Order: sequence, then structure tokens, then C-alpha cells
Amino acid sequence: MRRLLWLLLSVALHAVAQPARRSGFDDMSPSTQAMQRDDAQNPAMLWAQDGAALWARAPSPSVPACAGCHGEARASMRGVAARYPAYDEALARPIDLATRINRCREMRQGAPRWAPDSQELLSLESHLALQSRGLPVEPPADVRLLPWRERGEALYRARIGQLNLSCAQCHDERAGLRLGGGLIPQGHANGYPLYRLEWQGVGSLLRRIRNCMTGVRAQPLAADSPEFAALATYLAWRDRGMPVESPAVRP
Amino acid sequence: MARTLITAPATAKRGEVIELRTLIAHPMETGFRPGADGLLLPRNLITRFSCRYNGDLVFSADLHAATAANPYIAFFTVATESGTLSFSWEGDHGFAQTETVSLSVT
Repeated sequence: MRRLLWLLLSVALHAVAQPARRSGFDDMSPSTQAMQRDDAQNPAMLWAQDGAALWARAPSPSVPACAGCHGEARASMRGVAARYPAYDEALARPIDLATRINRCREMRQGAPRWAPDSQELLSLESHLALQSRGLPVEPPADVRLLPWRERGEALYRARIGQLNLSCAQCHDERAGLRLGGGLIPQGHANGYPLYRLEWQGVGSLLRRIRNCMTGVRAQPLAADSPEFAALATYLAWRDRGMPVESPAVRP
Repeated sequence: MARTLITAPATAKRGEVIELRTLIAHPMETGFRPGADGLLLPRNLITRFSCRYNGDLVFSADLHAATAANPYIAFFTVATESGTLSFSWEGDHGFAQTETVSLSVT
């Protein structure tokens, strides 16, 4: 019954008119857009290609590769990335795709976890996210995510750092205006992990958020912090229905 | 071995102009940037790219410090006969990589 109510509520919320959501893609220069549209030009495909190799390769001979349990990623992982962060029973908190990969590595493969934003983790994540490209972001209708989403929204609206700015002040109230020479995007997370021209490499949502936090002179969040889990859960909810663009390109 | 992505047609008609597109993972470190410790990061560039069609040089380029990381190079050639296209990147610290694709011309 609760689940049904929750579903009805989410449908109702969805129907409430929202200001037009613009993916960061819509405001990029035509040449950067072309880079993302064309897989032959998108450098993130180098990471995705690596991820496909990691998917098929066992970390040691005695344990299965990812493909050993999950089979062809093209079929089994379709739509999976669109549903993360999801609630994890064992950790009793929402986890993102990167954490899910690392949990699987530790528990099923007996291999050490990869560092956040390491080349391997980003590669495998890009490979998995690619299988959901074009599908709508679809946060699970799980009531256990509710308090996390609310906490995430509170964090999104809380002023932080020496500049005393909240995420919402830029990405909701001032989206479309300029900060220095750059356009302030609406801050949708539907393209991660993505290739950022500024980074000259692929990076995660965590890296982007830490980037912003350093920018407002706040203490950046740690990868395994509950605050990041909450914020990522809220951002997925905020992006619901938008197409997954991973691995995207951003300026 | 650096990762590469090469987009080339597998077949072409004789005399047809074909587009060849390459992407290689490389940091293209300029040698002008300081690292986190304040010291200059050593230069690490791809300095030369060349494409040979059955051994004949059809395209080459010199790359310099202003080229972005993971350089993307696209160019055209005329399909004359079936054979192999080999793409080579050479750079600092003995960096050398060659990838080949085969092309069948009808």
C-alpha cells in the first residue's frame, strides 16, 4: 500500500510543471556537441573500450570475471546505470554505480577495491553507463531512498563554504547566466562519468561536485560520505526522465 | 600500449574518397605546466603521426605542445587497391605505436 501511494505521489510530482530542464548538452558549442554525438570523436569511448575489456577479464584465475556472472553487458546491464544510486541493504544507504562495482569486486571477486576516480573504475563505469545511453534516468521507487533524497535536497539548498553559496543558488536560480566566461548549467548529472575538456580526461560526478565545493571554498565531500550518497540520490531524482548521456562530453 | 579508436570503412569502391578517423589516449603533457608539487611536469608529447596505405605515406602530421590530450585526427584518402592502412604515432620518451586496419576495394 505504501509503495502504491509512493508511486502515485511520484507520478503526481512528475506532472507538476517544472521549468524547462536543459541538459548541459543543449548549451554546449556545436563542435563540443558533435564530439559527444559521434562515438569516433568522443574520447570517453577510449575509457568505455577499456571498460569492456575489464568486464571480460577475471582479476585472478580463480574468480569469475564480471561477464562470468552477468554475461553480455549489452543485454544484462541495459538500463542499470539509469537506476543508480540504489539502496544497498548491507550498507543501509544508497550507493552509486562506482560503489556497486567496488562492492562486487570485494565480495564476489575477492579483489581490492579501486580508488575513487581511478582509471579502471571510470572505465568500467563508462562501459556500464554506455549500455543505458538514451534511456531515461529512472531512480528506483524505493521508500528507503526517501529520507536520503530529502537529506540530499537539504544539502543542495544549504549554503556552504567561505563564499556562502548553495548548489541551488547557481544551478537553480542563476542557471543560464554566466560565471566569469562560463555558462552556469542547470547542473544535471545525467552524463556521468563524462569527458570534460577542462580535465582532459574522464571524471565522475563525485569529482565534479568536489570541484564545485572547492570553488566555493568549502570542505569537499569524501567518496564514501553519507552526504555524497544523499546528494547523488537527490540529483538522480532531480534528473528523472532525462535521457542518460553517458559517456558525455562537457567543456 | 596506449588505447586507440580507429574509424575506417572496411570496404570501398575504387577511386572513392574515404574518411579515416583516429583517436589515441595520450596525456600530451606540454612541459610548461607545474604539477601539484610546483615543479614542472616533464614534457610528454606525441610529435608525429603518419598513415601508410600499403606502405605508401598518404598522410602525416607534426604535433606540438598546443595539441589537446587524446588527440583526434581525421583525414581523407582515395581508395585505390585492397590492402592495409597502418597508423603510427611517435613521441617523447620513445613512445611508438602502430595500428593497422584492412581495407578491401571493389
